[in-house]
Formats: sequence, C-alpha cells, structure tokens
Amino acid sequence: MSAELAQHIPPRELAERGASRLTVTGWGRYPRSTAQVWRPEKLSALSAALANASKPVLARGLGRAYGDAAINGGGSLIDLTRLNRMLAFDSQSGVLRCEAGVSFAELLQTFVPRGFFPPVTPGTKFVTLGGALAADIHGKNHHRDSSFSKHVVEFALMGPRGEIKRCSRQENSDLFWATLGGMGLTGVILEIEFKLKRIESAYLECESFALPSIDHVLETFAEHDQRYQFSVAWVDCAAGPRNLGRSIAMFANFAPADRVRRFIGGHPLIVEQRRRLNLPFDLPQFVLNPWTMRSFSALYHLLHRRGERRRIVDLEQFFYPLDRLGNWNRLYGRRGFTQHQCVMPVAEGRDGLIETMEELRRSRIPASLAVLKRFGEQQGMLSFPMPGYTLAMDFAVQTGLAELLNRLDRIVLKRGGRIYLAKDAFAQAELVHQMYPNLAQWRAIKLSADPDRIFSSQLSRRLNLDSGRADACGALPR
Amino acid sequence: MKRVLFLGATSSIARALALCFARDGAALYLAARDADEAARVAADLNIRGAGLVRSGSFEATGYARHTELISHAARELGGLDGVALCFGTLGEHFNAARDAAYARDLVTENFTAAASILTEVANYLGIQRSGFIIVLGSVAGERGRAGNYVYGSAKGGLALFTQGLRAHMARSGVHIMTVKLGLVDTPMTYGRGRSLLAVSPTTAARGIYSAWRRRAEVVYVPWFWRPVMAVVRAIPERIFKYARF
Repeated sequence: MSAELAQHIPPRELAERGASRLTVTGWGRYPRSTAQVWRPEKLSALSAALANASKPVLARGLGRAYGDAAINGGGSLIDLTRLNRMLAFDSQSGVLRCEAGVSFAELLQTFVPRGFFPPVTPGTKFVTLGGALAADIHGKNHHRDSSFSKHVVEFALMGPRGEIKRCSRQENSDLFWATLGGMGLTGVILEIEFKLKRIESAYLECESFALPSIDHVLETFAEHDQRYQFSVAWVDCAAGPRNLGRSIAMFANFAPADRVRRFIGGHPLIVEQRRRLNLPFDLPQFVLNPWTMRSFSALYHLLHRRGERRRIVDLEQFFYPLDRLGNWNRLYGRRGFTQHQCVMPVAEGRDGLIETMEELRRSRIPASLAVLKRFGEQQGMLSFPMPGYTLAMDFAVQTGLAELLNRLDRIVLKRGGRIYLAKDAFAQAELVHQMYPNLAQWRAIKLSADPDRIFSSQLSRRLNLDSGRADACGALPR
Repeated sequence: MKRVLFLGATSSIARALALCFARDGAALYLAARDADEAARVAADLNIRGAGLVRSGSFEATGYARHTELISHAARELGGLDGVALCFGTLGEHFNAARDAAYARDLVTENFTAAASILTEVANYLGIQRSGFIIVLGSVAGERGRAGNYVYGSAKGGLALFTQGLRAHMARSGVHIMTVKLGLVDTPMTYGRGRSLLAVSPTTAARGIYSAWRRRAEVVYVPWFWRPVMAVVRAIPERIFKYARF
C-alpha cells in the first residue's frame, strides 16, 4: 500500500503522530527522494513509529552513506539519532552497550579521556553505531582488526511487528550474520554491545612515504602492514601513465604515553578541540574541474615529498581530517557526488588496480584523490570488506559517469571483487548479485525474518537485493 | 556538589540539561512518567560522567504522591539543592480548540500539575532556606495566539505563578528561574515545519545552564526571543487578533 496513501495524510496529523515529510539524500546528495521521517526519542515511540509508518520502512542514522542506502522514497525512514543512550559500560573489559543512535563523535568525547577508543572507526566521526553495524564499516586497521562487526558481542534487533530479538554468534546466529553488513534490511538495530580498545594516548606516531608507482605501494603495504595498526595510501589518480598509481602511503600506531608527554606535552589522552567550519553554500560546479583537481593532487604529492616523514599527530587529525569542514559534501555543487569503492582479491589486485586507473584516465572524468588500503578477513554475509585491495574514488555527478562506473564495476567483477553498497548509487543489479556470493543465503534469512518485506530501502529496490525469486541471484554469464 | 531533582526527566531538553549538571559533578534524581525510559537516561548520564544518578516514576497529575517523591529523591541523593521542572505537553491545538476535555487536560498538565508540585517544592526548599528551582516555560505564554492559546495560556499562567513564587520566596535564599523557551528541535515541534529559528536541545540546555549559573531570574532561550517577543507583545490587539500563527 501506502506510498500513495501516505501522501494524503495531512501534515498536521502526521506531526501529531510524530512524523514529518522530508526530502532526504545520502551524503553525496544524489539521488534525493521524499519520505515520511519519524524521529522517536523513546522505545515506545519507536514501536509506534514502526507500526504507523507507511511501508516500506528503513532505519537511518546520520545519513553518511553516500548514495541511496539510507533513503526510502515513497516509504518511511526512522531517524534513530535521538535514541542515543549509553546503557552499560564495563571498564575492565571495555564492553559498552548502547543504543544504535550513539555516534562515534559521542563515543570519542566520552571514552578517549578515559583511555578507550572504538575498535574500528570510519573516516568520519559522524556515523552512528547502528549505521556502522548495518554497513559493517571498516577503518585504517582493517588489515589487522577486520571490520566493526568483528568486535560486536551482541545486538538487539526489532522485527517487522515490533518484536525484539537478541542476536549474537550463539543466539539467532543466522540473523546475526545477515545483519552485519545487511544494510538495515533485516530490521531496526536497537542496541549494540561491542568492545572498545584501550589506548595509552590520543596521539599517533605516523610514518609516511611518497611512492612513485602502484608496485611500490603494494610492496610497502606488504612490508609495513604487520608492524603498524593503521595504514592507508592516497593515490594520485590524475598521474600520467609513467607514474600510474603514485601515492603517499601512511602508517601509524597509537603513540606511547611517555612519548606524547615528551614531544607534545600536556595530558596524553586530551586533544585540544578545534573549531569546526561549515560551508554555508554549494560551491559552483566549475570549482572542481580536471585542472584544479590535477593541480591539487600534484601539490599534495609535492608537499608530502618534502615534508617530514615521521611525526606525531592527534587522532582527530589522523582519523577525521575532513570532519573539520562541516559539510564538505557541498564542495561538489548542487548535482552531488558519489564514491566508487571496490575491493579486489590480492592475487588480482595489482592488475585490477592498474586496469581501473587506466580506464579512469581514458574516460577523462576527473576523480578526486583516491584512497587505497589492504583488507583483512570478511565478517558478515553481505559485508563489503574481503581480503584484498580496496580503492575509493569520489566523482561529481555528471554526464558519462554512469557509463564509467559501469565499466569500473565490470572490471571489479572480472577480478573477483565487489563494490561497497554504502557508497553506491549507480551499480546494476545483475553485477552486484554476482559480486556478493552469499546473497541467496542472506535473502533466505531476510525473508524468514521479514516475510512481508516491511524493511526495504531505495538501494535494496534498485539492486533487487531482497527479491522473492531465488533464481534472480543465480550466476549470469560474465 | 549540587543535588538536583528533574521532573519530566526524559524530555530531550531535560536530558541535555541534566548532562550539563552531571559534567559539573551534580548528583541527579530523574523522575518521569515512564520509569524504564528514566532508567535508560540515568544509565546514559552515568556513563557520560555523572556521579550519582537515580531514577523513578512520577506522574504530574498524581498529586497525592508529590511530597513522597520529593522526600524520596532527597533521601536517595542525601539532600536536595534544586529542582528542574521540565514536563509539559504541547498537544494538538486543533483538538484543544474544539474539545473541552482535551483543553482541560492540556491546562491541567501544563499548569495545574506544575503549580501543585512547585508549591510542594517551594515548601521543602523554603524550610532549608537554600536551593533553586528551574521552571521550563515557553514564549508561547507571552501572548495569546490563535495557533496555540490553550497551551499558551497554561504556560503563561505558569510564568505568572513562578513570578509570584519568586516574590514570595525573595527573602528565603531560594533562587527561582523562569525559562522562556523559543523553538527547540524536540518531538514537540518535529514535523511542524522546519524553522531556521529552532535550536537543538543541547544548545537550549547550555543556555539554560549558563543562565542558572549567573542566577538569572527570567531568561529567554535562545536570547533573541527576548526582542522578538517584545515586538510581538507591542502589536496592538486590534491588529494582532487577526494574526494567524
């Protein structure tokens, strides 16, 4: 029912029930769609929202998925950011139980001064734990510590009729594995219990290398990844064929407290808070163009080559550099942007990366700086990270982009890799079905937990993730 | 260390205000209609740095149990330095303007119940001759408007009551602060059109807390509602009565 019916509920009545009609986008601001949005602050209000919302429904956190993963045109969104209570913390084991709306920013504020840090953190702290679990996010320590869900002990999931299930590796384990990386399609993630890591200081000792080619980068990863908890490389996608894949690789470990005292001074767990700037308007389309982007990358490259190789930086600078510019998504102008993030298995990785970058260069569509990293093991059924190399690039939405992304997706598929659903807005269903070999198994669990498909998103409908037809995900000729 | 009783502690503004007190080491008793929710908020404040936090159930119109609640909270906290009255219901004016029972309930909840428990609180704090009372009111109580006069009149009454109570307690050493809240982004206002004037509960709570620290008597939160309401009050009635907001 209801997409049409929902339109006819007068706004006053909707407000009386606690909902609003809003046009919503992901972080990339493409695509956009209108949905009923509910924002409960109490558990009883959440159950009421789930019962009264026009279907289908999807829980949403801070909306940092880039594409259509957290929007639901014609249906409803339940904004969980106000269900953000921390419920129990054991300072011995570091296990924290809290509601899904708690953000990484809140975690840091509360726990860094006490010597704890999230086991895995994304590149922005404005992500909720519910979103982290649903997308099974990864961080710069994936090669060692895997993705977020590896550190999850248990979570509570609200099903289509408001019933609450505890899920762990022992209890409701099917639902557990289907929900990690399950993009919120198995129910509303209510509470999460996971383990924080101890840290001695809020600073990292980092070492960076300017590397002239892709082979050097992969070699450096192989060499350094075991010694460092965090690693990442920034790739200059605009570099010419002779230095294809030239990069700055960065490796880091949390700094011991005594070194921070010696070199920085002050309390090792306290980081001075900097002011956050906000971009008050959209930049015009022409600001980011092939020439400015090329010079950006080259400059960045040059600066780093000259700069010191070893330094101590605070964790805000290291993990969340972009968070200082509040809504940097506006840099890309009104049409919005997207990110293509893929992972390709180690064996195919080098050739796959080269093929990807060559394809990109031929297309003449400019990409921003790309991020390259080596992944460790996979967790959930639909979790994106798998052993291999991941490459992420941002693109402004423009003509010819869909075709380019499709060509990139085909390269990824050919190399046995996959793309990250939390970033995607363009991929074709049949390619994605082949990229995720556990999809059929996931779908069976999803349908037994939610037979009427109450939970659905614009992404799941575009990619036909939960289609009832089991054959729809069978292998297609490559 | 301040020992503070929050009435209606699960509202988002109350929660944010409690966090301000907690960060300065206050001990808190959170009373709310839904005791389970109050317990969740208590756990949260505890983890975020509050020392002692207790919680329990409280029904604004359950008059018979009000004294008991106050003494219970005082026992749990080892005394009581202040009370923050944070409960209230905006309701739906469309209904209130048509249904007498609905209007009566709205006034009871926002005014009668508040006046009742404020009397008990004033008696308690008056005896110890110290402490404070924070009353969350609304700019809606400044002038009767077509769009929300039932709620507005109750809040206006509450503001007058608090003003009188302040005069009554002027020599008692009890600090009584009236907060006139403008638009705050809470479930009360969610879905009623987004406004550039709306602030987050956290911002509102910071405003309330800093006003309390400088012992303000009447404070508009955010501050710009003071001049805005001065203008609204100045419009002649024969024109104002046609305003539709």
